[in-house]
Order: sequence, then structure tokens, then C-alpha cells
Amino acid sequence: MTAARDDVMARIRAALDDPGQSRMPPGVVVPREYRTAGEHAPGSGGALDLLTDRLIDYQAHVLRVPATQVPDAIAEVLAPLAGQVVAPDGLDPAWLREIDGDAVGMTVLRDSRTAPLDNATLDRVAAVITAARVAIADTGTIVLDGESDQGRRAITLLPDVHVCVVRADQVVQSVPEAVRLLAAHAERPQTWVSGPSATSDIELDRVEGVHGPRTLHVVIAE
Amino acid sequence: MTTFLGLPRTRRADDEPFGPLPHPREPLRWGEPFPAAARQALGNGQLRRNLARATTTIRDKRARVVDEVPDWEALRDTGSAVKQRVLAELPELLERLEENVTARGGVVHWARDAAEANRIVGDIVAAHGVDEVVKVKSMATQEIGLNEALAERGVAAIETDLAELIVQLSDDMPSHFLVPAIHRNRTEVRDIFLARMADAPPDLTDAPRELAAAARAHLRRKFLTAQVAISGANFAAADTGTIGVVESEGNGRMCLTLPQTLVTVMGIEKLVPRFEDLEVFLQLLPRSSTGERMNPYTSLWTGVTPGDGPQEFHLVLLDNGRTQVLADKVGRSALHCIRCSACLNVCPVYERVGGHAYGSVYPGPIGAILTPQLTGPTGGRGTAGAGHHDPNASLPFASTLCGACYEVCPVKIDIPSILVDLRAREVDADRGRRADPLAAAMKVASWAMSDGGRFARAERLAGVTHALGGADGVVRHLPFPGSLWTGSRDLPVPARQSFRQWFATRNDAGPDDFGPDDGHDDGEEAR
Ligand code: SF4
Repeated sequence: MTAARDDVMARIRAALDDPGQSRMPPGVVVPREYRTAGEHAPGSGGALDLLTDRLIDYQAHVLRVPATQVPDAIAEVLAPLAGQVVAPDGLDPAWLREIDGDAVGMTVLRDSRTAPLDNATLDRVAAVITAARVAIADTGTIVLDGESDQGRRAITLLPDVHVCVVRADQVVQSVPEAVRLLAAHAERPQTWVSGPSATSDIELDRVEGVHGPRTLHVVIAE
Repeated sequence: MTTFLGLPRTRRADDEPFGPLPHPREPLRWGEPFPAAARQALGNGQLRRNLARATTTIRDKRARVVDEVPDWEALRDTGSAVKQRVLAELPELLERLEENVTARGGVVHWARDAAEANRIVGDIVAAHGVDEVVKVKSMATQEIGLNEALAERGVAAIETDLAELIVQLSDDMPSHFLVPAIHRNRTEVRDIFLARMADAPPDLTDAPRELAAAARAHLRRKFLTAQVAISGANFAAADTGTIGVVESEGNGRMCLTLPQTLVTVMGIEKLVPRFEDLEVFLQLLPRSSTGERMNPYTSLWTGVTPGDGPQEFHLVLLDNGRTQVLADKVGRSALHCIRCSACLNVCPVYERVGGHAYGSVYPGPIGAILTPQLTGPTGGRGTAGAGHHDPNASLPFASTLCGACYEVCPVKIDIPSILVDLRAREVDADRGRRADPLAAAMKVASWAMSDGGRFARAERLAGVTHALGGADGVVRHLPFPGSLWTGSRDLPVPARQSFRQWFATRNDAGPDDFGPDDGHDDGEEAR
């Protein structure tokens, strides 16, 4: 293995014609003329409108509510379902107060890195509810970074319905704004979600819903 | 040195209704040379209709989402320069990547060639005692023939991408980076599922939604039980050790998340220096490839995250001819490629003949420059020296040099210029090898090939045609490398008729099918 490493490295150095340090070819600087922010400020009405538009374009369901009504919004989108749902253990318990209990016929299972549910259980639950790290309006993207209010990657993958709560101040317009924010903790496992899972593999016709959740509800808390 | 390119497969194609293409011994060098393979593909009307429909759709989608980005050209400029920097600083960046992946609990392996990479992956799988692994679609693992190598060791590699599953079930070869089954229509897919997928619903229709649902049900059990997953990588950030996979269906997330062990095979050129560079490539790639503002899912991970996802992570860094490409100062920019497939979708040649005619897992314009360089026998010299026994020698000639590929390439790879360069080398190399009078004939041939009008006039040069063995004033077979030319042109080439027009008339389709003619004659002087 070490021999292979040495060989490959030696080949690269030889190919670059430079036995010592390789260098950028003279005169090549990396230009960075692209936009690093959009015209809408993070959390602004314009950014939220754009995000809403792009999410709907990719067949996600969007609900915009005042922050105080998040629990009701969650209850509303989950109303057609029954049985078990899962939430990461760091999710604000207040958000779940309208759905947990015998009265609504639903049980919230909590999941964490130290007390994980097994995959078979996750495969059976009706839905998952999480927070988000950042949302990108331009592309209709929500990024999860595995912190305790978003949970392990598996919990947002196996259930067929994902309810994701995004706070208005987490909405940026452009990809660079989001990446710079995420770079502070690049080591966290990230999942970028843009609409429900989809495929265009058959005649390039987009079909929503393959292996990931087939329904994505985004609750924007303003 | 030749690059090792995989193992023979064990199944035969004769008894198989869907598999006209037996898995090749060499994933980068199979089938007939391009002119012959192309001629065959052109005779397949269904294939041409499927391709035309698909490439038209995706071209339009791409154009729409690229047009809405005001700083698209600035992003391309940055993407191109970042990739140049990556190659210039490759040793340092690879060291940093290795350090960071290792620091986060990953294990980094190095593979000089396909055989070594296959052995490393095979050993990891064997250590876990499993006979089945799940796979995310990956060009690198196709390039090394990993599935066949694992099969030799009794391990079934289950492709989980829908198109890749279609290809695998039908014992076919992929024909496109992004949509490997682009050559199949919905009815063919339904028939393949019914015949080859044991748990397919018997009343399955050809509605894409139903076909996708059948694949979901079929693979779910595999995802839940798999212990080892294998993936490629779209990007790796050297400064953090973060690896990225871009996908649509969620099969990637399944593979990258559920199994306890993950093995990622990645070409050494897939790096970006800094995590922040992803802000450029995650804009360029989705819009160029699927024509979406963003693909449904992107996964980024750094080594092992305790309690979340695979607890054992192996990264296999693959050379397999890449350093050979790197040694070529012109051709090395082929290593900038982010495999978006935009150049395939706009290529008039690809649209007509499809991916299989290129005889490589890398088809289309990028394949025409990358494949011969990866497999060339002499470092950085393309196939020059391999001669006409190597079918890849004809690949640089599989182009009209119309320039569309360069215009759409998100990292601005100047494919037409590299093609011209590789063509010139074929001609030079062959001339150098041959003794007179053939060498003289070659010289005339290469000069004649550089211009359609000259070529037509050359037919009438008695001395030349005599040297070439023709007595009736018609050049039917030039010696190599002219054979690359006459191989696809067994009629006299009329003066000033462009390759596109010729192509059209040969296949009873109107020239309009090719889009606006840019007026370029095929020839070395076109750019
Ligand atoms: S060469 Fe350019 S356009 Fe073609 S696949 Fe690679 S990155 Fe895309």
C-alpha cells in the first residue's frame, strides 16, 4: 500500500515536471468574480418568497406560519397519518405538543446517536420531523447537518414523509452564502435536500419519489 | 505500460434478449473501432429515436436553468481555474486529503491501476464475510470493472441507481454518465423488469412512476440488510477531508448511510482545494447535468461520524492512467472533467450513435479525449504508438469539431483543441513507424484529411491513389490512420460537404436534424 502511494506520488511529480514542489502554472490565478450573495437579505421576505417558489416547483409542500404556530402546522400536515412518527431527541418538544398522545392516535419516537432506533423500526414509522441548518432560496434546497435537532441521517431517509421546519432567519438566497456558513463545521455529515427524491432515468421524465421520502413538507416559521 | 481495465465476465450474451453487449474485458476498450461501431448504431432506429428524444429534452432543460444564472460565465472561469490549480498542486492536496480523512477515522488506500483497486476493495469486502454489496453509480468503479472483479470473488455488487439497475438487469453496458440507460425507452424498461426482476408486479405498466415504484420495492430490502456499500465521489475537499456524492433518487443516501462499512473509490483528480470551492461546483454540476437548479440529494461526509452512518470508511485513491494524462500539458485538462455529461447531450455525433459506439465507459466528446489518453501505451501521448490494432486510436476522429462541447462545458475543457492535438499525434506516430513508400502515403493522407476539399481532390491524384492501392480514382481504404477516415466514408467525399451533412444523408434523415450547421468542415484547420 505504501509502495503504491509512493509510486503514484512519484508519477504525479514526474508528470508535473517538478521533482520537488509543484507549483501553479505561472499566470494562473483563480478568479472569483461570481456572486457570493443574492439581492435578498437572509430571512427577508424576498428570500422566503423565492424559497417557497422553488420548493413548490420541485413538488415539495410549503406552509408558512408565524413561529408560534409551528406545532399546529406540524399537526396539520401529519393529520392524514397515524401510528408512529420519529423526531431527533434535540427537537424542540413544544413543536410536537399537538401530535404526541393518545388523543391524536400518534406516538413520537425519539432517536439519537446514543440511543438509535433500528432501521427496521425507521422503515415502519409514518413520518419524521426535523429542524434544518440552512435553506437556499435560489435552488430550493434545505441542508441538514446532523445536529441534535436534525438527527442521524437515517431518520430522514427511511420514513416516507419528511416534515422539515425552517426558521426564516436560516434562509439565505445563494449557494455561496450557505456553503460559507456550513464551512464552519464542514466535518458534520450534511444532507442537501431539494424536493422529494426523484429520478429522470426513464426517458428523462422526472418522477418524484424513489428511495428517499416521497413527500416533503416544509414549514417555514416566520 | 498499459492500463489494466478489468476482468472478463462469466455470463454469455447469446441467450439473453436484452444484452446485446457482453460486459467487456476492458471497460475502456471494447467493441469495434468507432467508425464500424457507429455505422452499426446508426442502423438501429429505436436507439436513435430514444437518444434524440432524451438529448433534446435534457439540452432544453439545461439551457433554461443556465440562462437564469447571471454569473454563469464567472462560475465557469472559477471552476476551470480551480481545477487547473488542483492538478498543479496535486501531491500536496492529496497529502492533505489523506491526513484529514485519516484524522477523522477513515482509512486511505492508493491504487496504481484497476487490478490493485479491485484487489483492495475485494479484500475489504472479504474481511466482512459478505457475498453482496450495494453500490451507488460511479464512473470510477465502472472504469476498473469492479463488479466483474467482485463477481470473480463470489460477491454480487447490486447497482442501486435506477438506470444502472436497468443496465445491470439487462446485462447491458451504460451509454451515458448521467442516464446510463438513456438508450432504453419506457417499454423496454418495463420488459426488462418483468423478465429479470423476480419481485416485479406482474401487471407492471410502462409508466415511469410505476417503474420507479417497482425499483423502490425491489431495493428496499437490500438497503436495510446490506453491510457494505461502495460508492464513487463527485468531489473531495482537501482542506477538510470532506467527500461529496450528488444524486437524485436517494439510493446514494441509502448506501452512504445505512451499511456499517463504506468504501469510496475516487480518481485522484476529483479534489478541490477547499471546502468553500463546493460553492462553485455545486452550482455548475446540477445545472449542467440534470438541468436542475439543484439535484434532489447531495451527501457530504468527513471520515466517520460516531453514531451516525458507516462506522468504517475506506477511501481508495485511483491512478489507473490518470498520471499519464497529467503528463501531457495539453491533454491534462481532460482531468478537469466533473462528469456532468453536458458535452454528450449537445454532441451531434453522440446523439446519432449513442454511447456504446465509443467502446468505453467514457463516451461522447469527453470520452473521445479521455479514453485514448487513459489507455495510451506511452505516457501522455494518447494512443500514439498503439497503432490501428487499438480501437481507441479512432476515438479522436469521432467528432465534427463543431465546438458545442466546449461551449457547454462547466469547467471549460477545450475538447476540440485536444481532439485536434490527439489526431495529429496519431498521424505523426504512424508516419514515424512506417517505412517508405507508405510513410509518404501517410503524409499525403494526413494532409488530405486536414481539409475536405483537398481530400476530394486527392482522390484524383493518380500517384496517391496508386500508392493507396486504388485504380479507379476512388479512395476506399486509406492505410492507417487514414483508415480511420475512410472506415466511415466508403463513398467519395464530395468537396465542401460537411461531416454533418454527410452523416445526415447517409442515414436518410434531413440535415436539419443536426441543428444549425456551423459551417465547419471536418478538418484539422476547423479551429
Ligand atoms: S468534459 Fe465538461 S461538459 Fe463534458 S462531462 Fe466533463 S465537465 Fe461535463
